[in-house]
This record gives sequence, C-alpha cells and structure tokens, in this order.
Amino acid sequence: MEKLTSPYKWGMVIDLDRCTGCGACVVACQAENNVAICDKKEIAEGRNMHWLRIERFWVGEYPDVRVRFLPVMCQHCHDAPCEPVCPVYASYHNPDGLNGQVYNRCVGTRYCGNNCPYAVRVFNFYQHEWPKPLENQLSPDITVRPRGVMEKCSFCIQRIRRVKETAKGEGRLIRDGEVQPACAQTCPAEALTFGNMADPESRAARLARSPRGFQLLEQLGTHPSVIYLKGGGREHVG
Amino acid sequence: MSDKRIPVSKSDTLMNDEMLSSLRPPGLAWYALIAFLGAVVAWGLFAFGYQITRGMYVTGLDRPVMWGLYIVNFVFWVGLSHSGTMVSAILRLSQANWRRPILRAAEAMTVFSISVAGLFPLIHLGRNWVFFYLIPYPNQRGLWPNFRSPLLWDAMAITTYIIGSVLFLYLGMLPDLAVVRDRSSGWRHALFRLLALGWRGTAHEWTVYHKASTLMAALIIPVAVSVHSIVAWDFAVTVVPGWHSTIFPPYFVIGAILSGVAAVITLMIIIRRAFHLEEYLTPLHFDNMGKLLLVISLLWSYAYFVEVQTTWYAHEPIEWEVFSFMSGRYTVPLLVMLLGNSLLPITALCFKRVRRSIGAMLVITLLVNVGMLIERFLIIVPSLSHKNMPFVWGSYRPSWVELSITAAAFAGFALLYAFFVKLFPMVALSDVRELEARSVSVPLGRAELPSIAGKE
Repeated sequence: MEKLTSPYKWGMVIDLDRCTGCGACVVACQAENNVAICDKKEIAEGRNMHWLRIERFWVGEYPDVRVRFLPVMCQHCHDAPCEPVCPVYASYHNPDGLNGQVYNRCVGTRYCGNNCPYAVRVFNFYQHEWPKPLENQLSPDITVRPRGVMEKCSFCIQRIRRVKETAKGEGRLIRDGEVQPACAQTCPAEALTFGNMADPESRAARLARSPRGFQLLEQLGTHPSVIYLKGGGREHVG
Repeated sequence: MSDKRIPVSKSDTLMNDEMLSSLRPPGLAWYALIAFLGAVVAWGLFAFGYQITRGMYVTGLDRPVMWGLYIVNFVFWVGLSHSGTMVSAILRLSQANWRRPILRAAEAMTVFSISVAGLFPLIHLGRNWVFFYLIPYPNQRGLWPNFRSPLLWDAMAITTYIIGSVLFLYLGMLPDLAVVRDRSSGWRHALFRLLALGWRGTAHEWTVYHKASTLMAALIIPVAVSVHSIVAWDFAVTVVPGWHSTIFPPYFVIGAILSGVAAVITLMIIIRRAFHLEEYLTPLHFDNMGKLLLVISLLWSYAYFVEVQTTWYAHEPIEWEVFSFMSGRYTVPLLVMLLGNSLLPITALCFKRVRRSIGAMLVITLLVNVGMLIERFLIIVPSLSHKNMPFVWGSYRPSWVELSITAAAFAGFALLYAFFVKLFPMVALSDVRELEARSVSVPLGRAELPSIAGKE
C-alpha cells in the first residue's frame, strides 16, 4: 500500500486585529458549501447550520466599551477529539492534516459533536429544502446533506481537490495563494489567511510565527491548524 | 439464623404448587395490565415513528447538548441490569442461601433491562435506518467500524452481556423447566419439553449442572463489571469537562449495582404481593437485601463525594463551572438525588425494623431508582450544556417524544416481565428445594443422620 504522506499541511491564520465582524465569511461559507438555509423557527431554536460563526464579546465598562470578534470554524485539529469517537469512521483524518467528514457514512450518533471542544459541528435536525430559485446556487461539487447527519467546515476541500488536480496535471506543487477557502477569499479586511503550513515560506506559515499567535483551548492538546493572532490593542496594553 | 427459610412442613406438591402459582391461568387483572402496558408501548412506538419520519428536531436536543434523555435511559437501564448478576452470581459464589427464592426474579430483570437498554442507542441515532454501519460485516467496499470508538466497545459489551445473561437465566432455569414440563399439558408441554433439553434429574446431571452454574456465575461477574465500565468510558474518555474523570468507571459500576439491587427489592415486593409468596419471600430476605443496599449506598456516597471533592479542590475553572451550573439550575433534582441515593438509605437502612418493613423498603428502593435516574441526567446534560466555549452554552429540555419513548421503555420492560411471569417459573423452585433436601436428615436404619449434602 502506498504510504499516505502529503507535502501539504493546510492551516489558517486569523488576525483578530483585522477582523471587523462583518460576517462576510459566514455568508460566503454558506454559499460555497451548500449549507442549509434555515427558517426563523430553526434559528430561534439554535439549530442554525453555520459552519463558521463569529463570536462577539463586549470588553470594558461603559462608556469605554469595545467589541471583540472571534471567528470560529472547525479548527482541523491534528489530534482531533472528534475522530476517534466516531464508530463508523465518518469523521477521519486526511493526509493533508484536515478533519474529513463522510456524510454518507454518518449514522448520527452525535458523539463527535459532544466531544468537539470548539462546538463547531452542526447537526441536521431538519430535512432542509432550498426554496426556488435558491436551489440553483447549489454547488455540484459537494453533497447536499440529508437530515440526521453531522457536518462541519472542511476548509473548502472541494477547492483544494480541484487545484491539486490542476497542479498534478502540470507536474508541480500547489503554489502559495493558489487555493483559498470561500471565507478567506471573501474577507474584505484580509483577516483570514489560508495556506500550506508545511512550507515555511508560505504567507500563512510566516504569519503563524508571529509572537501574537495563539490557538483556541491550547491546553487541551488538540493541536489545531487554525492560528489566531491576538488582537485588541488598548485593553491588552492598559 | 432463627428465621425459617422455607416452610418445611408443607408437602412437596403443595410447595411446588405455591411456587409455580404464577403459571396459573391469568385473571382479568393480568389482561388489564397487559392492555394498559401494551397501550403505553404502542404510544411509544408511535412517538418513535414520528421521530423517524420527521427528524431529530422533534427531540429537545440541540447544539451543544447532543445527547439527552435517550442516553440517560441507556445508562439507567444498563445500570438496572446489574441486579441479576449481583444478587445471583455473587451470592451464589458466596453461598448465601437466602438468595434462592429471589434469584430468578433478579436474573430475568437483567435480561429484560439490558434488552431495553440496548434499544436506546439505536433510537438515539440520527439515521436509525443505517444502524448496521456499526456492525463489522464484510463488504465489498472494505468499510469497517472504528474500534477506537467507545460506542463500538458498548455494542460489543452489551451484546456479550445479553448473550451471557440469557444463558445464565436459562441455565439456572433448566431443572425448573423440567418440573413445569412434567406438570403441564398441550402446547406448553411441547414448549417446555423442548426447553428442558431432556432433563431427568440424575445424579450425573446435577453434578454437571452445579459445575456449570458455578462457572457461569464466576464468568458473568467480570462481564457485568466491564459492561458498566465501558458505558462509563463513553464519558470518561472524552474531553468534555465534567465527563473526563478517572473515577467514572468504578463510580458507574457502583451506581449500577445500587440501582439494580434497589430494583430487585422493588420487584420482590411486587411479586410477593401479586402471587402470594409471603412464605417464601420473608422479612429475612428483605433484611439481608436491605443490608446489601446499605453497603452499596455507602460506597456510592463515597464515590460521589470523591468525584465532587477532587473537582472542588482542583477548581479547574471550566470543571467548576459545570458543577456550579448543575447545582444552580438543577437544585431540586440534585437534592432529591442526594436524598434518595445517599441520605435516606444510609440513615433508614441502619434499622432492622425499617429493613423488615415491606412498605418502608418499597419507598426507599423506589426513591433510590428515582435518584439514580436523576444522577444519570445530571452527569450527562449539565456537562454538555456548559462546555469549553462559553459562546455556545445552552440547555436542554426533553420533548414529548423523548418522554413518551421513556415511558414506553418502562412499560415495555413491565410487559416483558408480565409475559415471563405467566410463562416461566418465577421462583427458583429447584434452588429452594435443594436447600430443603440439604437440611433434611436421612433415615439410615433406625437412626436419623443429618444429610451430608447439607454441608455445602
């Protein structure tokens, strides 16, 4: 059997100083990944399907109140708690260091959702419909998930696959910046940078070496692929 | 002990008659009970059908509380199933003779409660119709289940336990089935002739039987302990605050035995009343079971104390947050649990008068199981509600579908039991009579010598 090694280790750097909390990434993700459109009732119940959420925190006392934003998507941990608990390997680790999710294999034990410390896994409680004409925007590259199935951010794996094939055809490796997920592509403030962490010269790898870098819930030892750059200026200096 | 364990003065036939009284043709009350339980089960099936056709949104589950009442039920019923092994196997190995009249009730309870428990993980699946993905069957695509997942361990452990406990029940029942075979006619005779496997009661058969049942008792205990340890690992091996705790496996095993023993006592009271077995299930039995319950309740309290105390001492912020949330939001259930599992049994069961009072024992044992059901809920739900990311904290309230299926589980368990009672000998006849044979003196010429079989 061919050994599953890969020259890629995909990762993302999120600069919290740049994030304005505009939510463009959330919309882009929804459009790219066939993320279900939820009605009022579902959202009121907290069963919305966003793969990427922007957490909003208030910092400081009135009148000096500031708002901080924290975009959270699947952290693509290298020691992911979601993977070993899945009884059917629907949640698996791919050679590029991504946490894959096989929708057709998922039986819906929701164990991965419990064990994900970042709570980024969303479950299809409802059978989702795309009202006309919205079904025209469904991407043919990705499965439309039925109810009873867990799903989550894939770092737009369909885009990575496509570029990989192009590069393979041309007999080269993927160039830095050649592929990026919908959220990073859309971010007007360029807060999200995606790239190959295995290449020390890639933009993402260079940014990740910043002294401002940290990871979410680092103490759990999940080794996430997403690096945050501490933001905040004043309230951290004071 | 001064109490007589069996009424020796009665004739053989009368004793057999009394102990097999549950097999008499059912009365109107039995049919009424069956109709009622059947209706509840049918309602539960309707609720399950509703969930399958609509989707999991009909439950109260939500992000982040992805597991709710179904898993609470699963853990609870697995816990109940520990009664049979505890009462029967351990007491058999320790040669406690007072176990004899109750062991059948306990073993049957194990089989039925583990069967009910085994259904819940399947009911709980988001796509129940592809549950067979969990089974390691050969297939062309080379797909295999993930043996690193505690859910797979669960499936293995529970299957083993179902098979083991059914064998244990059946093996123990073999001589009794032969007795029933000889007394029955018609289709029952045909059924019991098949089930009794040609048992004739020869000395050789008894020797083999004793060896086999002792061996089975010794083998089933590690299985029982491993089953609930594995159920505990579902929680203990995760990174969820409040679940990730090394005390969980022993703590779960103790909790399981606590609820199992309490449920056996409850069932003893019901069976004693329903089939007029007052002479066979005497206050002595309740006294001894009460002592057992007292010891296990003390153990449970110790384990619970250790769990909370270590968390409090370490004061890991997120762990402590889970405990604070649990005690704040679920104060009343928490107090009921502490009362039912710990304070009440420990104080009340110290007194012989309470242990020998059937009414008091009924109240105490029912409260223990209410407490244990709450305990499972308080382990599972608050931990999920307040996980590591405060932005997605939530809460959980079971929906009517989940409550209906829970009610149906209780009714289904009772229904299985009601059928079992009418079809199979409810009191371990030959075990009780064996004791009698051992204590009877043997006439040898003119002298009366105590039977050597009496020395167990």
